[in-house]
Amino acid sequence: MGDSAYSFSLTTFSRTGKLLQIEYALNAVANGRTSLGICAKDGVVIATDKKLTSSLVDVSDVSKVEAITKSSGFVYSGIGPDYRVLVRKARKSSQQYYRMYAENQPVSQLVKQTADVMQEYTQSGGVRPFGVSLLVAGVDGDGSPRLYQVDPSGSYFGWKATAIGKNYVNAKNFLEKRFQEEMELEDAIHTALLTLREGFEGEMNSHNIEVGVVNKSDGVFRLLTPEQIQDYLDEAN
Amino acid sequence: MSILEYNGAAIIAMTGKNCVGIAADTRLGIQAQTVATDFKKVFKVNDKLFVGLAGLATDVQTLDQILRFRQNLYELREERPMTPKVFSNLLSNILYEKRFGPWFVEPVVAGIDEAGKPFLSEMDLIGAPVYTDDFVVSGTCSGNMYGMCETLYKPDMEPDDLFETLSQALLSSVDRDALSGWGGVVHIITADGVKSRVLKGRMD
Repeated sequence: MGDSAYSFSLTTFSRTGKLLQIEYALNAVANGRTSLGICAKDGVVIATDKKLTSSLVDVSDVSKVEAITKSSGFVYSGIGPDYRVLVRKARKSSQQYYRMYAENQPVSQLVKQTADVMQEYTQSGGVRPFGVSLLVAGVDGDGSPRLYQVDPSGSYFGWKATAIGKNYVNAKNFLEKRFQEEMELEDAIHTALLTLREGFEGEMNSHNIEVGVVNKSDGVFRLLTPEQIQDYLDEAN
Repeated sequence: MSILEYNGAAIIAMTGKNCVGIAADTRLGIQAQTVATDFKKVFKVNDKLFVGLAGLATDVQTLDQILRFRQNLYELREERPMTPKVFSNLLSNILYEKRFGPWFVEPVVAGIDEAGKPFLSEMDLIGAPVYTDDFVVSGTCSGNMYGMCETLYKPDMEPDDLFETLSQALLSSVDRDALSGWGGVVHIITADGVKSRVLKGRMD
């Protein structure tokens, strides 16, 4: 990426020491649909609001929570097409890792790799930063569940629970109140759904949200089916 | 003259009970002329993992540097040491990268994995691996070494027993090969550490 005609970066410092393109990218993220994640002691859950512009949209075709390796997955807030590029790159790099080491890429390595890519786009010629923040859920090499956030600048943070996108402030406050250190995955999923519903415009149902879960016991990242989501929603009611 | 036989080498690795041993000769020759009797062919990757490199001496040394470089980077990034299986796969990839202009080495990997289980692998110069649970050999007298190992090896040897067996297998194999011998070293790796000994053999 980055045309040879543009050998200079488009992301440059302002006088006050800010990289405005990154600030603007974060604005794009804050305008995106809410996503959140919770790291429980035996797994991680990530979820997002999949609400679409019209009832004519085939909602089953839209995929926002994506598995990257067998034991890790992404969700985002921000610009969808930018997200897809990151998903492709992350999937490719984790397969390359497997070819090299005959071992699945640990989530922490995947995050660093992805963050490096995002940073590159703030310093390379002729490109703009990605307009997404990612939430990465996975089980690391030592078996511990982990949740990370990766920002357009390439900074990454490990979280116990967090939210990004529209309404993230309220969502994070809600999570702060509800989060407990030794939370179990089932409780985390419930809490995630409740948090999502807090800021939801209109009625939340199993077709306008997406939930991804990775359980420490088998280390496999899975999307919950609409039926499973419905079960959790029924329990919550 | 085959380029893999230019400098001469003999390397054997064997498994024991929760331990592995790796032994090599220490001759460096230029065809028939012996030039050094203290040439290192077995290198420590980490506390639980050794690699033995048989073949062209310059490639032996360069690959040792490359492997140490890769393993250091891995340890820094991943904050954990490389397991033998991972290292073996990495080495195989590094060799295959040079498929049409290969490194002239045939390596042997010996180590203990995180669960304490012994690990052995051997590969050809372009990285085709072989995993066994008894012994692997590489070098100019590999035929001799196969014969000796097949005869002397028994499973689940204790470290001291393993040392005896490895030493005898190596010394007898190299005595019938002009290009290997002139001294030997043996490393025995257990969960508690590594014991290295220098062998006293025929210096001819």
